[in-house]
Amino acid sequence: MDDTHAQHGWSPRRFETLIGQLLRIGVGLSAAVVFIGGVLFLVQYWNTTAEGLRVFNNGEPDVLRHISGIVHFALTLHSRGMIQVGLLILIATPVARVAFSVVGFAGERDWLYVNVTLAVLAILLFGLIFS
Amino acid sequence: MSTPEFTLFVAFGSLVAGMLGALTGLGGGVVIVPLLTLCFGVDMRYAIGASLVSVIATSSGAAAAYVKEGYSNMRVGMFLELATTIGAVSGAYLAVRVPTSGIAIIFGIVLLFSAYAENRKRSDTLDDQPPDHLATLLKLDGSYPSAEGPKSYRVRNVPAGFGLMYVAGVVSGLLGIGSGAVKVLAMDQAMHIPFKVSTTTSNFMIGVTAAASAGIYLHKGYIDPGLAMPVMLGVLAGALIGARILPGARVKILRIVFSAVIAALAVEMIYKGVKGGL
Repeated sequence: MDDTHAQHGWSPRRFETLIGQLLRIGVGLSAAVVFIGGVLFLVQYWNTTAEGLRVFNNGEPDVLRHISGIVHFALTLHSRGMIQVGLLILIATPVARVAFSVVGFAGERDWLYVNVTLAVLAILLFGLIFS
Repeated sequence: MSTPEFTLFVAFGSLVAGMLGALTGLGGGVVIVPLLTLCFGVDMRYAIGASLVSVIATSSGAAAAYVKEGYSNMRVGMFLELATTIGAVSGAYLAVRVPTSGIAIIFGIVLLFSAYAENRKRSDTLDDQPPDHLATLLKLDGSYPSAEGPKSYRVRNVPAGFGLMYVAGVVSGLLGIGSGAVKVLAMDQAMHIPFKVSTTTSNFMIGVTAAASAGIYLHKGYIDPGLAMPVMLGVLAGALIGARILPGARVKILRIVFSAVIAALAVEMIYKGVKGGL
């Protein structure tokens, strides 16, 4: 890595620092949303047994499996939906990091790695949206 | 057990796991699944989903710190993420088809390997041989900061490393762990990348690898918010505490103790898997 053009706004090092900040913000935001949802969850489920958290009954309901369902569920102030939104933010954080890296490599005019990164991004989006 | 009690116990167990994981470098993820399944009686599929989520949290948090220090090699990381993400997607699809007893047995074997790998001797092989053709083509060679200024290194055996990374991805997607041990093996042993660069780059890659399979787990209904919440918050808090007390900790003894715990959990997982108790 060279720092020769560090003063002119565009340097790989500065970009890596930005990526570090992006990761920190994503994790922090996610943890905050999960925490608030968690407090609400304990209030709403205070008098229940933990059986539902242990036993796998065909998995989660449909509203907790897809992005649109999760967001709708969360907007009705349902705690399980809110936690799931926090977890979605968490899963999206590395995806955003990769998307950001496309810009970074483009800034370095490294087209080989722009393509490599785009391919990684495509695989990630496949897992998140089309699976 | 009531929901609040269960949440509290799981959060505490995850906190300890996250702390030990950060202190020993083994990561908290490796013990979360055995902890949840063996101690709390959680279904394997929910345990894997919750573990995977916590892995993304700790990896992204740690990567943020490492990127700043300048050890991680972004090109090596991104190139190998091609292999790990494809592996993770195949691993997640495989997880839906393999019976939980089979997953338990594979999990035990990977745990034993992680405990062994963490305690083996490390030697950096900085060679002065001519550059590797493929590594040059992919611009993988790099340098890292040291006390005597930047030290450069050459990357070797790219196809072998790429293949091992695919395996690491499958393991991560199948078992819901970061599989840092396999990633470090691929970089440090196969590709001759210096240990410090291998571990930090591996950490950087774990979150992206886990995110590739997390989406599939979510769609299959494996991620239960009520379970993932105390696990993720506990592991994250534990990792933060662990990183803070790391400089003054007696890591050597801790690592031996933690490895012994992992080995015991591994044997128990294999036993339960064979006997069909999970």
